[in-house]
Amino acid sequence: MTREALVPVAFRVNGSPRQLEVPARRLLSDALRHDLRLTGTHVGCEHGVCGACTVLVDGRPVRSCLVFAVSLEGSEITTVEGCCNAEGGMGPVQQAFQDCHGLQCGFCTPGFITTITAYIDENPDPSEVEAREAISGNLCRCTGYQNIVAAVQRAAELRASTSPTGGPGSTGGPGSTGGSGAIGGAGT
Amino acid sequence: MKPSPFTYHRPGTIDEAVEMLGALGATGKVLAGGQSLVPLMSMRLAAPEHLVDINHVAGLDRVEVEERTVRVGATVRHRDVELHDGAHAAIPLIRQALVHVAHPTIRNRGTTVGSLVHADPAAEMPAVLVLLDGSVELRSSRGTRSVPAAEFFVGPMESSTTADELAVAATFARPPHGSGTAFHELARRHGDYAMCGVGAVVTTDGDNAVTAARAALISVGAGPVLVDLAGAVTGSGGGFQEAAVRDLLDAQIDPEDDIHASAEYRRHLAHVLTARVLDEAYAAAVVTRRGEEVA
Repeated sequence: MTREALVPVAFRVNGSPRQLEVPARRLLSDALRHDLRLTGTHVGCEHGVCGACTVLVDGRPVRSCLVFAVSLEGSEITTVEGCCNAEGGMGPVQQAFQDCHGLQCGFCTPGFITTITAYIDENPDPSEVEAREAISGNLCRCTGYQNIVAAVQRAAELRASTSPTGGPGSTGGPGSTGGSGAIGGAGT
Repeated sequence: MKPSPFTYHRPGTIDEAVEMLGALGATGKVLAGGQSLVPLMSMRLAAPEHLVDINHVAGLDRVEVEERTVRVGATVRHRDVELHDGAHAAIPLIRQALVHVAHPTIRNRGTTVGSLVHADPAAEMPAVLVLLDGSVELRSSRGTRSVPAAEFFVGPMESSTTADELAVAATFARPPHGSGTAFHELARRHGDYAMCGVGAVVTTDGDNAVTAARAALISVGAGPVLVDLAGAVTGSGGGFQEAAVRDLLDAQIDPEDDIHASAEYRRHLAHVLTARVLDEAYAAAVVTRRGEEVA
């Protein structure tokens, strides 16, 4: 059997330019995990239902298991590893998940972090109903969602308190342990 | 859960894309948003030898709002159509239906034109196209043709697009003056495929009497099912006779049993949801007409 042809593709991931040569059928989720070793993005159902693999493409949440990496030439991709604050510590959404105990096993968390990061940019003051709607495309089998809904609202508060004045991370918190240790950022 | 190998093509212009599709024939398939195609490929239910990725084709990413129409290009994401204020002001039904299409995350990538070509009988936008007397513009090396919605949907997952054609845009026509619209559906889970969904356009005259009423239903037939309900308008013209609406629906819909719902339950939903959208569309028509007269 002949070796599968490789296709070159260039995009930015968490601000850094990346160039890959991958088979055309390589899903973005696999390109991130296998080729770029960014294992924070988790693969659950692999057909677009669970939301665990959600990343941001040009600022908007997208299922990374439902796009081919080669199709994203020129795009700006943000994974959970890029949802940290300027110092590499926990970003507001990660901090909110810690504050509200918004995760148990943590498998679904990267998809929630990316989805909520984009959502609170769009809606900086969500009601509880809006918070539920915002996460309705992400499945969690542990928490029962109550604490995740609370975390959406807490994240919006943290974002509001940090963004205009003190800069990201000014709320501090004990979790500023660096990007790789941030919630949802640890690889599996 | 990985797609089988394929050869990838990334044209930059419509002409290039059309030339590729012509050369590839039945071995080629268009990749737009991929939100239906990629999972089908991952589950190996589809295994095209060649994919022509139109995401980088210039000129397909526009929403154009004209006096009587809204035209949506082939790479415009559902979400961009949904958030387009001009399109919403011209044809509220578009946003009313789009909010039911999967989840926002899927709508961020999936395209409206792609959903039309995919022609899933459970999809919302084919019903909207049929209800608004829309059309799809198909381009090939043989030329361009515009296919009216009534002829576009051939069967379940089948549109009249041929292998060498690229759907470059869809055009939705604005309903007549004095019209109101509504869309409702019911699914087992939020954002999942509807067990039944109904959109309606109700048109009124200056006395608020109904002069035209149509509904399009999803998940109860081989494609979107268009039902003319003008025959069910009550004598006074301001409401609908429930039994007559049910009879007109039953003559057209053909729901099937599956693991999500029985045929009988789908039929029940068709009746209930149609009554609901007719009421809402009528109320919207009255409000719209009042607004237009004040303006």
